[in-house]
Amino acid sequence: MLSRTADDLYWMARYTERAENLARMLDVNYRMSLLPQASEVVERSWTATLSIIGLLENFKQRYEAVTPANALAFMAFDRQNPSSIYSCLRAARENARSVRGTVTSEMWETLNSTWLEMKSMDGRSATEAELGNFFEWVKYRSHLTRGVIQGTMLRDEPYHFTWLGTYLERADNTARILDVKYHMLLPHGEGAGGAADYYQWSALLHSVSAFEIYRKVYRDLITPRRVAELLMLRDDMPRSLHRCMSQVYMHLCSIRNDHSAETERRAGEIQASLHFGRIDDIFHIGLHEYLLQFLGRIRDLGERVAQDFLVATTKD
Amino acid sequence: MPPSRQPYDEMHAAPGDIRNHYQAFSNWLAATPAERLAHKRAEADMLFHRVGITFAVYGEEAGTERLIPFDIVPRIIPAGEWRTLAAGLKQRVRALNAFINDIYHGQEILNSGRIPPEQVLCNGQYRPEMQGIDVPGGIYAHIAGIDVVRAGEGEFYVLEDNLRVPSGVSYMLEDRKMMMRLFPELFARYSVAPVEHYPDLLLENLRSVAPLGVSDPTVVLLTPGAYNSAYFEHAFLAQQMGIELVEGQDLFVSDEFVYMRTTRGPQRVHVIYRRIDDDFLDPLVFRPDSMLGVPGLLAAYRAGHVTVANAIGTGVADDKSIYPYVPEMIKFYLGEEPMLNNVPTYVLRRKEDLAYTLDHLSELVVKEVHGAGGYGMLIGPAATREQLAQFRQRIIAAPEKYIAQPTLALSACPTFVESGIAPRHIDLRPFVLSGRDVTLVPGGLTRVALREGSLVVNSSQGGGTKDTWVLER
Repeated sequence: MLSRTADDLYWMARYTERAENLARMLDVNYRMSLLPQASEVVERSWTATLSIIGLLENFKQRYEAVTPANALAFMAFDRQNPSSIYSCLRAARENARSVRGTVTSEMWETLNSTWLEMKSMDGRSATEAELGNFFEWVKYRSHLTRGVIQGTMLRDEPYHFTWLGTYLERADNTARILDVKYHMLLPHGEGAGGAADYYQWSALLHSVSAFEIYRKVYRDLITPRRVAELLMLRDDMPRSLHRCMSQVYMHLCSIRNDHSAETERRAGEIQASLHFGRIDDIFHIGLHEYLLQFLGRIRDLGERVAQDFLVATTKD
Repeated sequence: MPPSRQPYDEMHAAPGDIRNHYQAFSNWLAATPAERLAHKRAEADMLFHRVGITFAVYGEEAGTERLIPFDIVPRIIPAGEWRTLAAGLKQRVRALNAFINDIYHGQEILNSGRIPPEQVLCNGQYRPEMQGIDVPGGIYAHIAGIDVVRAGEGEFYVLEDNLRVPSGVSYMLEDRKMMMRLFPELFARYSVAPVEHYPDLLLENLRSVAPLGVSDPTVVLLTPGAYNSAYFEHAFLAQQMGIELVEGQDLFVSDEFVYMRTTRGPQRVHVIYRRIDDDFLDPLVFRPDSMLGVPGLLAAYRAGHVTVANAIGTGVADDKSIYPYVPEMIKFYLGEEPMLNNVPTYVLRRKEDLAYTLDHLSELVVKEVHGAGGYGMLIGPAATREQLAQFRQRIIAAPEKYIAQPTLALSACPTFVESGIAPRHIDLRPFVLSGRDVTLVPGGLTRVALREGSLVVNSSQGGGTKDTWVLER
């Protein structure tokens, strides 16, 4: 397939996944900010969120104060923020549009309808109750897009590039969600229970659709260590780092070419370290440090994928 | 043809007198509640938006995508009329291909004195680079969109031959799909000839003109990109044919062979169905500032390693100043009498034609020789005094840039407009394919001028489209 087509599909998938994870992250933050707590805690939480997705500077240039309303407007509806949900859905649709000869009609129509609906929404007038619905909507549209891909696409290269983009993005996003929440929550002490902590941890689990899974897997109290284990090391948890990297590795193998051996090896290495890793060792290194390193390796992988497959080479 | 007579009404022979082939439709229309029609029209709008059947309008805000209005009253052509029309179209396209082949080889028609050589050789669309080059099958215009209008019963005039990158066929296909979806019951009452196999015919056609010795050719569609006004159509056709939709940046030439850049390295390309004008195809030969083309493409083409469809240099035959000579071409190359009429045309480079035109400006349609899309034309009877005066100055300044024709009484077809159903002027663009054989699907794109009295059907000027039904009996 054309390198440019692969590139567009890969980014179409990444932007779709990014929009969904943004919605998840904003949703949990928004719910948490409704809990009784000091305003500086709320502000700290939003600041941490903005900084983990790398947008704090950009935000500060455009808004005066870190308030839930400002942060939500910025990350959900702001047309000038290239990483807002609005912008991600637009970018996903633009990528799909330039490969609409390759994607199935159903895929194109799904992405196009999502965008048309997004475009018709007015974020400024969204009431608080509507915000929750909006985040749900983003998630459902993303579910739908994935379902259409799963249900209509031929299992050849375009399919693998699409999923490669999805899982690389999800690995990155899950790591960030975990990092920002962990940062916020850990100062309370690992052992500390308390109602507030319980809500915080359960909200985090909810944000990655892992609350029920946690109950099923551990049948026990929610502890930070187990939350981290679930979201990082369990291969059966669909949004965990381990699961994402297994998928990344698998799809990379399916699109193997003459230059991609090293990229494949590195993906396999990350996958293996998650497969055989122990949560105690990770806590020993420090979770934050571990996640930062993980994000670096994901970035490296993304660059290598671009180089091996997506940047057009003149000759072999 | 007398310009002032009442336009032919496709549906009514006289007020209240429905033509035979519209009778069943008319009954259906009368029996269908207005709310249902309104509902169906809204549904069509929604579907076209969702599917993204849009076009970009140049000169508006970048990235503006607009729908081409779709009208639910079909344009119906009886079987007998179509037979004549189709035969005439094939004849015309055969002659046009023979003409282009001749121009780039022996130039017999020029030597015979039937067309003044400077008309052809000094034309901007004439490509000296093509002189003496043999193209597969001697075919240049693989895809031709011939604009036809009806003046009276069985009386068709060819308005324009579009031989470079004619567009609109996707609307022909989507309009049919939409009508079948909205009003399946109508197709039970009429036996409408199918058009859905057009992409198959096109692909077969493109494969048949691959370079010699290539048994399983790779065909691609070359588009200027997602911001081109016809991008939807490019993507649509590529998808329907199952071929790659490429941009110039996806192709490169090495040792006079063309390759596309793929995730697994270079892959040879044999046939390029290009939707880019000659000027932009190869920056090494044509416009050096073109970012849309492929450096070295012409060299690969001249070496016979790749087929470009339509061929480079076909524009020499669809120029409006060459148009008056097409009946002559049919006689010269085929030894036949033309079956379709040409519109009488004044070529303003000729002194006597210029004088006549300036005297009768308010009765004539004046077009730019190189214009397309309805840009830069004057419709005398509809123009204001200022417009006439302005155009007069432009003509006097550069008469060779213009031709003039009598204002045609384009036929009218009932159409949904704000005030209800009213007659609006229409034309027809059938698509003629040339490869091993000359073929066309029974139908075409019917465009309708939605403004009352308007004769301009171009989508860029507020035109809409209708499904075109050729009846099987």
